[in-house]
Amino acid sequence: MEGLACRDITVRFGQQTVLNGVSLHVEPGQIVGLVGPSGSGKSTLLRVIAGLVVPDAGRVEWDGVDVAAVPTHARRFGYVFQDQQLFGHLDVAGNVGFGLKMSRRPNTEIAVRVSELLDLVDLRGFGRRSVIDLSGGEAQRVALARALAPRPRLLLLDEPLSALDHDLRKQLGSELRRVLNEQGIPAIHVTHDHAEATQICDVVIALHQRTTDETTPSINT
Amino acid sequence: MDHHRPALNRRVVRLVGFAPAVFLAVFFVWPVVAIVGRGLSGGGLVDVITDPILVRIAWFTLWQAVASTLLTLLVGLPVAFVLARYQFRGRRGIESLLVVPFVLPTVVVGTAFLALLPNSWHGTVEAVLIAHVYFNVSVVVRTLTPVWRQVDGRLTDAARTLGATPWQSFRRVVAPILQPALRSAASIVFMFTFTSFGVVLFLGGPRHPTLEVEIYRRTAQLLDLRSAAALALIQVVCMAAVLGLAGRRPKVAIPRRFVERPTSFNAWVVLAILVPAVVAVLAPLVALATRAGQWRALFTGRPFDALVTSAFTALVAAGIATLLGCAAGVCVNAPARSSRLLEVLLSLPLGTSAVTVGFGLLVAFSGPLLDLRGNRLVIPVAHAIIGLPFVMRLVTAALRDVHPRQRDAAATLGASPWQVWRTVDWTALRRPAALGAGFAFAVSVGEFGASVFLVRRGNPTLPTLINETLGRPGASNNQLGHAMAVVLALLSGGALYVVDRMGERWKA
Repeated sequence: MEGLACRDITVRFGQQTVLNGVSLHVEPGQIVGLVGPSGSGKSTLLRVIAGLVVPDAGRVEWDGVDVAAVPTHARRFGYVFQDQQLFGHLDVAGNVGFGLKMSRRPNTEIAVRVSELLDLVDLRGFGRRSVIDLSGGEAQRVALARALAPRPRLLLLDEPLSALDHDLRKQLGSELRRVLNEQGIPAIHVTHDHAEATQICDVVIALHQRTTDETTPSINT
Repeated sequence: MDHHRPALNRRVVRLVGFAPAVFLAVFFVWPVVAIVGRGLSGGGLVDVITDPILVRIAWFTLWQAVASTLLTLLVGLPVAFVLARYQFRGRRGIESLLVVPFVLPTVVVGTAFLALLPNSWHGTVEAVLIAHVYFNVSVVVRTLTPVWRQVDGRLTDAARTLGATPWQSFRRVVAPILQPALRSAASIVFMFTFTSFGVVLFLGGPRHPTLEVEIYRRTAQLLDLRSAAALALIQVVCMAAVLGLAGRRPKVAIPRRFVERPTSFNAWVVLAILVPAVVAVLAPLVALATRAGQWRALFTGRPFDALVTSAFTALVAAGIATLLGCAAGVCVNAPARSSRLLEVLLSLPLGTSAVTVGFGLLVAFSGPLLDLRGNRLVIPVAHAIIGLPFVMRLVTAALRDVHPRQRDAAATLGASPWQVWRTVDWTALRRPAALGAGFAFAVSVGEFGASVFLVRRGNPTLPTLINETLGRPGASNNQLGHAMAVVLALLSGGALYVVDRMGERWKA
């Protein structure tokens, strides 16, 4: 099967079962919305896919191949965190270029890619700024640019808009949709806001009772 | 400027600040000036700088400090890592245990390693380095662990999803966050080992003197105050340079939030690092206790007199340090420019070695005008100088936490300025004052570097008598010396334990 497939993922933390046999499929170029109340295990599923949590049962496959043996840094799955997790000791450009630096790309190439991405997220000229002084919306754009810079094959978005106020959320939501379409990168967008999911995503899947249900049929296709 | 009502009016503040300022000026600043004067007069400095033996001593002092610092970091880093990253039962207990070496008097550490290490290691550089690591490793652990614990686990997750290998994410994300703490730990350890006296005197033997030990040797054995002063001058200049460099480091923002994250627990890593650490902390102490003997002799004659002298000294020193430290703390908190100056002045002893304090008092007050040698208050005064900054810092920190509006509220309720001070400031002050007193007591009981210059032949303190006893031949002297070290460890350890308990209770 092409793209990402999660099969019967189960995760337990001690006595507590966080995910119980969850399956999910993301086709190439598709944006899948994953909605559910807090505590339903949405973030944990993303962490399993990224390789940050090892599932107790089930498999994660990419193009039909199990990625269990592939460590996080080699999976090429980008991750955008709810609270950004920008590196405070680096400026905006340092953050956006971080992934390319890790794969030891030459500095000139990094500089070109960074300014390209800052253009994409509407932050031209922000490269030398400190990430500590950014507004919430700016910080989230930097986080998105940072995740896109190493050209991931899949993007995991963990409630990237939930910390923003209502107007900004709508505006950034449509921007996010535009950017993802332009880049043609498949994505999983986790949110507790149903309206936001339908605005951005091709498919919306509900996660409750710690299993998935495709409650909403494909919209926006 | 402060819009709130100041704690006390300015004239009172000036009066209160006067006492500690005068005390420090007479018993600390003047002695240091006297050292400088002695060192510069009569060509002593030129003789010293051109003396190849002394150049070698200075070089040894520097490189053993650098080596000690690097080794301490090497040992402390993995321990800090395990304590910061893993959550397990007994972690608190191990954290407390690891602090024990640092609070032990230097004389106790020196004696304990004499007991632990085979005779062939006595008087070697290795013994000095090992003891320095033992003594200072908790500085690294205590400084790094809280910062490391605050490194949000998701920050390294972010690095990993961006393609960073575990090593890259440590080097590029964790290390830069740890760096300021690492640097401050390194400079503290360097300062301690550069000015290390007791440990080097006990373990380095006559073949490995540092500047401090040589100052002592020239003063006590060769009675050559002129070249000793020149050495002390070099020492003071070196310390000032180190402090200047350490103080200029840029401040880096550290994330405040503490995120405890379930880390996959690797029992083997934890055990492999902590078991040796715990054994290493306990081994010298066990060796010390097994070597000790002649317990009965402890309660008669000179050992008992020394115990009484040490207790008396510590009580007086703690009294002076607490009174003046509180006065200074109150004063430093007042919004006046002179109070900044006072804070700087009173912090100076923190960056000065005990040997400098003791030697300075000796040089300054052995003249024809005023000869304080042999006065029984000289040693308490020296110890009070060392304890005073600690009391002041505790008091200042507590008073800074008092919200200014509390005083406004008290005043609007009809409290007179004096009543305001008593109800608001005094309430905030008395706990840190008690903590400071206990701390000053513990510091004084174990103090060696200053005391050894000032002690009277017939009336030693416990640490100086240990030094004297171990220097004498005979198995029974040896046992007695070790037994006295056990008592000393219990005395200062007990005082610090009480202080710690008090602090915990009051925090809750």
